[in-house]
Amino acid sequence: MNYKMMGKFISRILLVEAVFMIPALLISIFNNEIKSVAGFGFSMLITLLLAGILMLFCNHCSKAFYAREGLVCVGISWIVMSLLGCLPFFISGEIPNLMDALFETVSGFTTTGATILGEVEKMSRGCLYWRSFTHWLGGMGVLVFVLAIASGGDSKSGFTMHLLRAESPGPKVGKLVPKMKTTAEILYAIYIILTILNILFLLLGKMPLFDAVCTAFGTAGTGGFGVKNDSIAGYSPYLQNVCTVFMLLFGVNFSCYYMLLIRQFKSVWKDEELRFYLGAVFVSVLMIAWNIRGLYGTIGETLRHAAFQVASIVTTTGFATTDFDLWPALSKMILLTLMLVGASAGSTGGGFKFARLLLILKSIRRNIRQVLQPQKIQVVRVNGQPVDEKILENTNAYLAIYVIIIVVSCIFVAIDGFSMTTNISAVIACFNNVGPGFEAVGATCNFAGFGYFSKLVLIMDMLAGRLEIFPILILFSGAAWRHK
Amino acid sequence: MKIIIAGDGKVGSTLAKQLSAEGYDLTLIDAKSKVLEMSEERYDVMAVQGNCATMEVLDNAKVKESDLLIAVTNADEVNLLCCLLAHGMNPKIHTIARVRNPEYTKQVYDMRGLFGISMVINPEGSAALEIERLIKYPGFLKRDTFAKGRVEIVELRIESSSKLCNLTLNDLESVIKCNILVCAVLREGKAIAPNGFFTLKENDRIFVTASPQNLTILLKNLGIITHKAKQVMICGGGRVSYYLAKALIGSGIAVKIIESDKDRCVQIATLLPEADIIHGDASNEFLLESEGIAKCDVLVTLTGVDEMNTMISLYGHSCSVPQIITKIGRMENSTLLNSLPIGSIISPKSLCSNAIVRYVRALRNQAGAARAIHYIADGQAEAIEFLVDENTLHCGEPLKQLHIKKNVLVASITSGFRQTIIPNGDSVFEKGNTVLIVTSAKQVIYSLNDIFE
Repeated sequence: MNYKMMGKFISRILLVEAVFMIPALLISIFNNEIKSVAGFGFSMLITLLLAGILMLFCNHCSKAFYAREGLVCVGISWIVMSLLGCLPFFISGEIPNLMDALFETVSGFTTTGATILGEVEKMSRGCLYWRSFTHWLGGMGVLVFVLAIASGGDSKSGFTMHLLRAESPGPKVGKLVPKMKTTAEILYAIYIILTILNILFLLLGKMPLFDAVCTAFGTAGTGGFGVKNDSIAGYSPYLQNVCTVFMLLFGVNFSCYYMLLIRQFKSVWKDEELRFYLGAVFVSVLMIAWNIRGLYGTIGETLRHAAFQVASIVTTTGFATTDFDLWPALSKMILLTLMLVGASAGSTGGGFKFARLLLILKSIRRNIRQVLQPQKIQVVRVNGQPVDEKILENTNAYLAIYVIIIVVSCIFVAIDGFSMTTNISAVIACFNNVGPGFEAVGATCNFAGFGYFSKLVLIMDMLAGRLEIFPILILFSGAAWRHK
Repeated sequence: MKIIIAGDGKVGSTLAKQLSAEGYDLTLIDAKSKVLEMSEERYDVMAVQGNCATMEVLDNAKVKESDLLIAVTNADEVNLLCCLLAHGMNPKIHTIARVRNPEYTKQVYDMRGLFGISMVINPEGSAALEIERLIKYPGFLKRDTFAKGRVEIVELRIESSSKLCNLTLNDLESVIKCNILVCAVLREGKAIAPNGFFTLKENDRIFVTASPQNLTILLKNLGIITHKAKQVMICGGGRVSYYLAKALIGSGIAVKIIESDKDRCVQIATLLPEADIIHGDASNEFLLESEGIAKCDVLVTLTGVDEMNTMISLYGHSCSVPQIITKIGRMENSTLLNSLPIGSIISPKSLCSNAIVRYVRALRNQAGAARAIHYIADGQAEAIEFLVDENTLHCGEPLKQLHIKKNVLVASITSGFRQTIIPNGDSVFEKGNTVLIVTSAKQVIYSLNDIFE
């Protein structure tokens, strides 16, 4: 294990985090929020101090950095980042309980959007901004950012590939261009442009600037922290529709946008995952709209709520325009299923990913055919390309671990004595980075009622869900720490 | 610069390592996804899986935006077709093809014109050339020539009986009575840039720059006997053996080739009527002895198996064959190999990739580019030859006044009229001179101006 190299990398991430606290600090100063100013000031000091110490100790290090170091490094980075990211909330006294502050921050960085706050509007502006900004940073990934902007001379070696693989969602992570650094830059460029577009469209609908920026951050990272108690419900129908569209856009694989940029329209049009994703959204919207007919005044309003909620859940954002906990069972079941599936691979969304579901369905189809024609050799193809058997194997293994983690977490969370639906939906909502679940953790409620242990389990679930399980799971494995 | 490497084999991955370290945009093409995965993890490259001789795969690898295509798959025809297609799809692209079949190498010059290929590289041919040079100029482990043959860098191993053993470099000139420069020392697998107080020890491998005249004096004073080889024994009858035997026979040296495959024996016997072709297992000591290993002047082991080559060379050493040359396909374990008495080591793979890297660098900066690059000290250091032109800074200033980067050494300056000089603090270089630089291989020097702070 090359601890020094990891230390060096983590010190860079802390540096980036400290720099990103500056806007929040400025907003606090601008709004005369003395407690928040102190909170951000001290947090930045602590973060910089820690980064400095790490840098001092890990200056001369060997370059040995392999898959194991990459995975462990990603896992630890996210935990350290969350621990320091929660300091502003705690020091400023906005969230007096350290565990609650940590839950809120992890929920932010992992783009979950599950909150322990009952009254969001009481929070200071600086803290609200930081809360939404964690979504934006966590959405594309901090390590990708470090690769894009701050990577030093080490970007030449391929080890950065391990980091990208560990942080970017999807069964098969590839580069867009030969160089890692350029790939990271392109991804962030697309991300920033889409976010700016989102802000502009929100401003056009007369949303206040602060709300627009925070809402756009929540949408871009597919997080779901809003600045209002009733999430998006209080805004005009136009603003809700803008959110719907942008949520869906951020749930698309970012390489599709790159393909559009280099004018390969055909490969985007033919992309099976994109078709599957959009198809599922379309069918779900229609079914839910039919199921909830009569609950709202007009067909337009019904469709708007159905589309917004489907987009919000499928991309694992978790905004709400209405309390979908009051919807009929079929609608809730569809939403729960969409929670499990999540967005596309290579997007900012969480969940199991449509790409993996596609692979699983295709291999199931192959297995059924195999029974009928045992002699037939069949190759699973996606987008016309044969899929490596190893990827299929990994996907199946991923499904197994995915289910096991949900079951085990449900058992742990059940200790607190909430209803079955609450427990299961809370775990699913956290693990898939959605945010709100049903009943006691529904759209109008929050996670404050859970005990310390449950919160810790949910925090781990959120991290595992964002990083696609292995980087977090590996931290508990003795083999990762043992010296060779 | 965007470069496509077709074929992720031994040469392909060596190239990927060297070129990605120099910051080029690399795309690798190979039919096997497993090797691609390995390369993708190790180096900063993009991988495209498929047959590189199809337009679809070349299109996926963005051939239209690339500047150079290097085709180094194991099939000559695929390499040629790949270059041909790439040239058709993008007329501006430079192409390098590896062609190994002797039947094709005869027509290399015509093919280059017909197919628009910029460079045809034949690793076995260049390995044979290298071995031939080693046989003709013995005494050195390795020998590279620069400045049209007026400067050479040679590698010597310090034996315990040598005059150089336990000698401090400041005293070097008084002992060997000629002007040479030790530009790098390889001790226990690590390259060292020596200063005047450095003391040479037994088993050090030193890299010496000098003009050919001074080298002759060095040889004489060191008591290294230069004998002319008369009888060469080659184990293994592959392509390198064929090229080598042909060249040696041409200069009047008797050649004996031992090959285990009957059909191949007949084949080379037809091609090389003057050579003695022996059908048998070269690892059989009895056979080697009965074929007169003790009497031959040079033993060259060129079988396809590194371990076998090493073993036969060790046996040759025990029979006190004066000169031994061993072919090694994988250089990864070379620290270990250097401690064995198996003579000079030849690696067709690294010869081939060095030649390509040289071409790539020349392409990158055609004005101030290096004219020749050689890797020395197991690839830890490199010797680069530059021509001083009007863009070069600090012309005519004494070297001691210049701020030259750490680990960069000006090893020699050659002008058109004067002799080659081994520079000291008062030396200057002027336009038209050829300058030889020795630097750590980690440092990337594209032009002569890069050596200044």
